[in-house]
Amino acid sequence: MIMNNIVIETENLTKRFGKFTAVDSISFNVRKGEIFGFLGANGAGKTTAMRMLCGLSKPTSGKGTVAGYDITRRPEPIKRNIGYMSQRFSLYEDLKVWENIRLFGGIYGMSDSQIAEKTNELLHTLDFGKDRNTPVKALPLGRKQKLAFSVAIFHEPKIVFLDEPTGGVDPAARRQFWELIYDASDRGIAVFVTTHYMDEAEYCNRVSIMVDGRIKALDTPDKLKCQYNADSMNDVFTHIARTAERTGE
Amino acid sequence: MTAVSAKSLSKNYDKTTALENVDLRVERGEIFGIIGPDGAGKTTLFRILTSLLLPDSGTAYVGGLNVVKDYKAIRTIIGYMPGQFSLYQDMTVEENLSFFATLFNTRTNENYHLIRDIYTQIEPFKKRRAGALSGGMKQKLALCCALIHKPEILFLDEPTTGVDTISRKELWQMLFKLKQQGITILVSTPYMDEASLCDRIALMRNGSVMEINTPTQIKEHYDDVLWAVKGNNMPRLLNDLRRNPQVKTAFAFGNVHHITVESSLSINELREYLTSNGNTQIEITTIKPDIEDCYMKAAAQ
Repeated sequence: MIMNNIVIETENLTKRFGKFTAVDSISFNVRKGEIFGFLGANGAGKTTAMRMLCGLSKPTSGKGTVAGYDITRRPEPIKRNIGYMSQRFSLYEDLKVWENIRLFGGIYGMSDSQIAEKTNELLHTLDFGKDRNTPVKALPLGRKQKLAFSVAIFHEPKIVFLDEPTGGVDPAARRQFWELIYDASDRGIAVFVTTHYMDEAEYCNRVSIMVDGRIKALDTPDKLKCQYNADSMNDVFTHIARTAERTGE
Repeated sequence: MTAVSAKSLSKNYDKTTALENVDLRVERGEIFGIIGPDGAGKTTLFRILTSLLLPDSGTAYVGGLNVVKDYKAIRTIIGYMPGQFSLYQDMTVEENLSFFATLFNTRTNENYHLIRDIYTQIEPFKKRRAGALSGGMKQKLALCCALIHKPEILFLDEPTTGVDTISRKELWQMLFKLKQQGITILVSTPYMDEASLCDRIALMRNGSVMEINTPTQIKEHYDDVLWAVKGNNMPRLLNDLRRNPQVKTAFAFGNVHHITVESSLSINELREYLTSNGNTQIEITTIKPDIEDCYMKAAAQ
């Protein structure tokens, strides 16, 4: 494996809050263009781990690099080199479509001319031509999520973090959303994604499953199903997550 | 006996249509599922049926009471768990519970049997402020508070959204037990796989009900030819399937793609087409639809 193809690497990454170990010595890596599913029950430690990887929270011990920067010593450049989107927050509802694109492009340090050129391209690809001046709050959820994802990768980051991006989205739109994920992956952007839809776990190149702060399983969906003698990722997940001792505290 | 009935319910917010001519009928003792994505109108429907919102037109009865005229009486016979956590964050677990019991003129020990299974799971934290509970715990407390006055009809608005599959299964186990106690349950969810756990379901989209039936009958009424297709490179396979003019729809479904096809196409013909496009390890099987297939077909019409 070529070192510079790795965009996330962690070694014994740990986060404690007082006596509580939220993330307990996790080690893994994510390759360029890989779709990496980050699964776990509520309270397993996913959010805490993601916050560390995004440079928003300092690890208690262990180390990690994201987009080539050390998460403990250089969290600031990490933020510029990643994209992030969640179901809860992604776009400013009162701003128009083009204003959101302009705002996020600016935040990520893109020039006005770059933004102008790429905005047209993006609106065309997404078939958003007519919605250029539509306030985001007037868009249906499926289209909003598509736009949010495109905005999150507008500055061509090496990695995009997606926190339950498809919750509540209708079945057809949820699938169209995954086609955008595939496109991003084809362009070399690594996609780090959490989801509660187990069919979506099947679309990932590799999947990790966290239980009580630790990574209990990590492999391709096919190999995990084979290892646990299961028909689906839903069965694999249920089997592994049942071993949890933490009570979702 | 009918627990809930709605006739031609409509509701608009400014220019947005939230509900359009919704008719439904829920029998006593049923678990009735309202299935649809965000924006389908599930919450608006629940807020009208629980007397918290007035419809623009149409009528609805809950437990034989009119949702507009008899709103006071309705509120004593229903339990409502909204989608957003709505308990008092600064009060402890047990304070919230006894507060809701008092509101309904009862005491926590009077109907304790209804909530025992759920409450024992959060009892170790009864001195904790509700705002400091984890998501799963909050949801259990909210369910206890909705049940403490022994409602005849329980309304649960998206109780499993954002909840992992294990907790979802636990919640459904609780609902089956409540059903055995004779409580009618209306539950909304965006997760299509939960539809099969309901006695009957309404598929909702853009404010309208597309279909109401038992999950089994909805699946039986599906009349397209549906195949599951697998191959060595799934994203590429999906593109190739879509380029075939005899393939009507093609969607990813976990580890397979589901496709609907013209009846003139045979499995062998499709296999040859895919092979000539460079796909290998092709597996094609005729399958029965699940609710998500039915929803997508109904939504496309």
